[in-house]
Amino acid sequence: MKNNRATSKPGGNAIAISRSQIVIYAIVALISLAGLADATYLAVQALTGETMVCGGSPDCFKVLGSPYARIGGVPLAFIGAVAYFCVFSFAILAAFGYARVRRFLLFTVWSMFAVTLWLLYTQAFILHAFCRYCLFSAAMVFLLAGLIVASRSP
Amino acid sequence: MLYRSKLLQATAIPQAMAVPKERAEEVHVRGSANAAVTLEEFGDFQCPPCGALEGPLRQIERDYASSLRVIFRNFPFTNHEHAHEAAYAAEAAGLQGRFWEMHDLLYREQSVWAKSSDVQSLFDAYAGMIGLNLERFKKDVSGEQVKAKVEGDRKRGEALGVRNTPTIFINDESVPPTSLNPTALRAAVDAAVKEKTRS
Repeated sequence: MKNNRATSKPGGNAIAISRSQIVIYAIVALISLAGLADATYLAVQALTGETMVCGGSPDCFKVLGSPYARIGGVPLAFIGAVAYFCVFSFAILAAFGYARVRRFLLFTVWSMFAVTLWLLYTQAFILHAFCRYCLFSAAMVFLLAGLIVASRSP
Repeated sequence: MLYRSKLLQATAIPQAMAVPKERAEEVHVRGSANAAVTLEEFGDFQCPPCGALEGPLRQIERDYASSLRVIFRNFPFTNHEHAHEAAYAAEAAGLQGRFWEMHDLLYREQSVWAKSSDVQSLFDAYAGMIGLNLERFKKDVSGEQVKAKVEGDRKRGEALGVRNTPTIFINDESVPPTSLNPTALRAAVDAAVKEKTRS
């Protein structure tokens, strides 16, 4: 195929990857960087106990100050930052033709998608407040999910 | 005006005055324990002039870090709808060692929570933001211990002749309300530091 290129990687992971897939994985990597920046900022603020992040927004305080913002004392934003970093790494590797990481990428993005749906539900129906940083992250995850679907289209 | 302090004479705290005694650990102190100058503020978290003075006061604290110690006392007014709840929230945070974090947050977000119809849920969120144990905070905020602390501060203030907020004492001398602005307050602290350095 004209648009395809064959790549061969050590360990027997040889796959053919189209140019459009490379572009999609590159966009996935870029979007995950945006999400990583958002999550890292929130994680650092949470870990240092800084409260400027929500200045003037009671809704932001209600979300980020709620028990749902931490799991076992660990800020959810920190877990999000790790997830975005994984997505970034997997997308870069996938763009270079590593077949095995595509499964990890798929699993990570769909896991993030499921968690995002739960968090949106929590904000809408439990906390009755939305945090702009969380909405930004949700938008990034929806974009990632859409791109992952697109990358699997024939 | 409602928030304007009445003119008070700069007077020293009379020794014979019946000022309630308290244990050192009950006092909220920020700054060096060996500081030459002690600034004691009687404040109401919902009082706008107190909020307005907070930023400049923090800057003065930083600039005179080694020579200034700041003490905060609650003096909430009943005509401020949420002032008592805010004071209780700060004291409940204090029971978990985070009084000043809550103090700073309450002043910084004053204009937001003062208008809130559900102030307690906002205070709970603040508690979560500064990393408090939320269950304990919720229990403490309505407990007798914090109420007693706030009442103790108020009684001390009344015994010292405090009628308005903010009222500030520098080394037990009350600062005239006309000096409760960033420039004059800095000058008053500076003068007190120099006086202590000379003696």
